[in-house]
Parts: sequence; structure tokens; C-alpha cells
Amino acid sequence: MATSGVKLYGGRPSPYVNRVEMALEMKSVDYELVEMNPYEKSELLIKLNPIHKKVPVLVHGDRPICESLIIVQYIDDAWTNGPSILPTDPYDRAIARFWAAFVDDKFFPLLRQMRDTKEEEAKRLVFEKVLEAFVLLEGAFITCSKGKAFFGGDTVGYLDIALGSFVGYLRVSEMMNANYKILDETKTPCLAGWAERLYSDSLVKDAMLDPHKLLESLTKLQALSKTDSD
Amino acid sequence: MAEVKVIGSWSSPYTRKVEMALKMKGVEYDYIEEDLKNKSPLLLQHNPIHKKVPVLLHNGKPIVESMVILEYIDEVWEGPAILPKDPYDRAMARFWVKFIDDKCIPAMWKACWSVGEEQEKLKEEAKEALKYLENEIKGKKLFGGDKIGIVDHAANFIAYWFPITADFVGLRLMTENEFPNLYRWADDYCSDTFVKENLPHKDGYIAILKTI
Repeated sequence: MATSGVKLYGGRPSPYVNRVEMALEMKSVDYELVEMNPYEKSELLIKLNPIHKKVPVLVHGDRPICESLIIVQYIDDAWTNGPSILPTDPYDRAIARFWAAFVDDKFFPLLRQMRDTKEEEAKRLVFEKVLEAFVLLEGAFITCSKGKAFFGGDTVGYLDIALGSFVGYLRVSEMMNANYKILDETKTPCLAGWAERLYSDSLVKDAMLDPHKLLESLTKLQALSKTDSD
Repeated sequence: MAEVKVIGSWSSPYTRKVEMALKMKGVEYDYIEEDLKNKSPLLLQHNPIHKKVPVLLHNGKPIVESMVILEYIDEVWEGPAILPKDPYDRAMARFWVKFIDDKCIPAMWKACWSVGEEQEKLKEEAKEALKYLENEIKGKKLFGGDKIGIVDHAANFIAYWFPITADFVGLRLMTENEFPNLYRWADDYCSDTFVKENLPHKDGYIAILKTI
């Protein structure tokens, strides 16, 4: 593969940007992270992603690729050296794609709804739905891992990246309020163990989001967005 | 001997695209019609989370979500490619598939069944999205180039089901005047000999629309 420049546009606290970093780390790709404030729709961002105007955007050579899971699959297709991100078996690939879409279409919207719900009782109800979805993901882990350490088996893979990028935020939820513990070893023991392992896995540990730093960044970003809307 | 089954719904564009993909690869399969108003134990067993069609059963193992199924079909069976081979082209195809599924179709479908201000808002939303597709199809026979590809499959609702539905409810949205290239593509797509044989009959579909 030609060593054309690789740039990743986006801010580190974003779990979507984080997915791309995890994938690039797995393939040992040299890249430049160009920090972008996601609340500022700069001219450059509009040029790179005119349709959605969102990060992450990966630029390889001079071609932009958007949408985090599409970028991750691109990385797997374009860099064939290094570990495979998607499973090799077509059926396992279909299962991984299914659950990654579940994370984006069902799980994350519930997390976001929980974050945005201020009223305690209403928030509690959404939290229950988050837990229900997380229990389904526990089932997915048992199926996909086949008794091994990760969704991808012995090595991290597509689904580890798709969900792993949110682990920092799941920890933040608990740090902010112990009543909102999502990674709970009594309810989802497999996922609780898996989350720990991600932080020490040689392929992705450098990309994993530190919950303490996340909390700091989140506070800063919230302050920035308030300034923008003034 | 590999066993392939499709659990689907006669009128559904999602079911039809899976069937078309299998036929394009020359795969023989058994078709099981599902009554969506009275979901069968078979469907609930194989798609417990979403409880939707289509479901592809390959040697008893279920695959769900039409785009996931299409990628699976492309990977398992030889024959004309559904996705491009080049990594960048694959990424672009996946991008457009997601765009059509997330931004175009929901707004277009909801616009058909809403009224007043809400309908106007959905119409605007749909038109904004369709403008990007209009641009993308310019100068191309099909989204897949010379042959039907995954993006054409993703947009099958736009080509066939939507014009019939819009006509039925009296909605003007994707006109030839505003979207000449998409209009031409829809016509090319629906006139394709292979596609034509695999679309549900118009009157049959209208009969179903009457029950909504």
C-alpha cells in the first residue's frame, strides 16, 4: 500500500473519532490527528464532509472518507498488513455488522437520551432501557467471543472498536453518578471484564479514552458550545 | 447441499432487494411469505431483536438487516459483484447506502402519510437529501456504473415504490423537473429486464397501500 499521507480530522473526546484511531492503531498506520471543534462547522469541515458536516473524516492521499464505521471498514480493506479488523468468516462478519449497527442505532441514542434527560424519574426510566440494550450486547459478546477475550476472539476486532469507543463514556456516567452504573459486573459480567481488558490490550490500549481526561474535555467542550450559542 | 431460505414480505422493497441479489448470483432459495400483522414463531425466533423481514437463512443460520444480508451474499457467492472491489469505491458505496437509508427514505415515506405543515417540513427534508443523490447519479447510468450495485439496491424504494405511493396519496415530491437525473435513473432501473421481472405488481402494491 502506497504511503500516502493519512490525516484524521476530529476531536479526541469523540467516540466516533476514537473508533478510527483504534483502527489505525491496530494497523500501525502513521497518521496526523487534526483537532477540530465539532461544534464549529468550519469551512474546512464543510469542504471535507459537505453532506453531514461532521467528524470524523479520514483523508487518505487526497480522498476523504466519512462515517466512523465506514472508515473502519475502509482501513481494514486498504491496509491488508496487520491484524484483520472484521472477522474472516462471512457469517461472523454479518453478525459483527449487525451488532455494530445496533450500537449506533439503538444503544447510543439511548445513552444520549439518558444524558439529555434532566428529570430524575424520567432519567431512571431511560437508564433501565440502556441496561436492557446493554444486556443484549452481553449476549452478543457471548456469541461472538466464543469464550475468548474479545468480540473478535483472541484479538480485538470490529465490534470491539464499535462498542469499545464508548467504554470511557460508560465509566464517566458512573463517575458522575454512582446510580448510573452501566458496566456492572453483577448484571453484565462478560462486558465488565471485556472493558477492563481493552485498556491493557497491546493493539488498542494507546487509543482507549481515559475517563478522567474525558470528564475534563467534556466540561471544556460544553463551555465552548455555550460560548458559540451566545 | 447448501440450504437457503428467505423470510420476507411480498410488497417490501427490502425483501425484493435480497431476492434480486440472490438471483443475480444464481442462488436457489425457498421463499417464505410472512404475515407482518401476525408474526410467525419462525420470524421471532430468527430475528428476536428487530422482528422484521427480510431474514436470510443460510444452512439454518439467520442473517438480518437487508444491507448486512447483501454484503453477506456478495461475500459468500460467486457471480456479478454487488459491491465494488476497490476499498475507496466500497467506502463510497457504503456511504451512499447509509445516506439513502437514513436521510432519504424515512423522510420520503413519512411525507406520504403526513399532512399540512408537517408534510411540508418532511418534503423539504426529503428534497434536500435527494439533491445530493441527483448530483451523484449525474453522468452515470446506474449508481453502480454499468451494472446494478448495492447503491441501486438501496435506492430501489426511490425508483419504484415511492412514485407509486406518492401518486396514490397525491404527493408531488420527486418531479422530473426538479430531479431530471434521478427520474431518468429510476426509469432505467425499473426498465431493466432483470429488475422488471422482480418487482411486485403495481396494482397489488396499490391494494396494500389502501389498507394502510
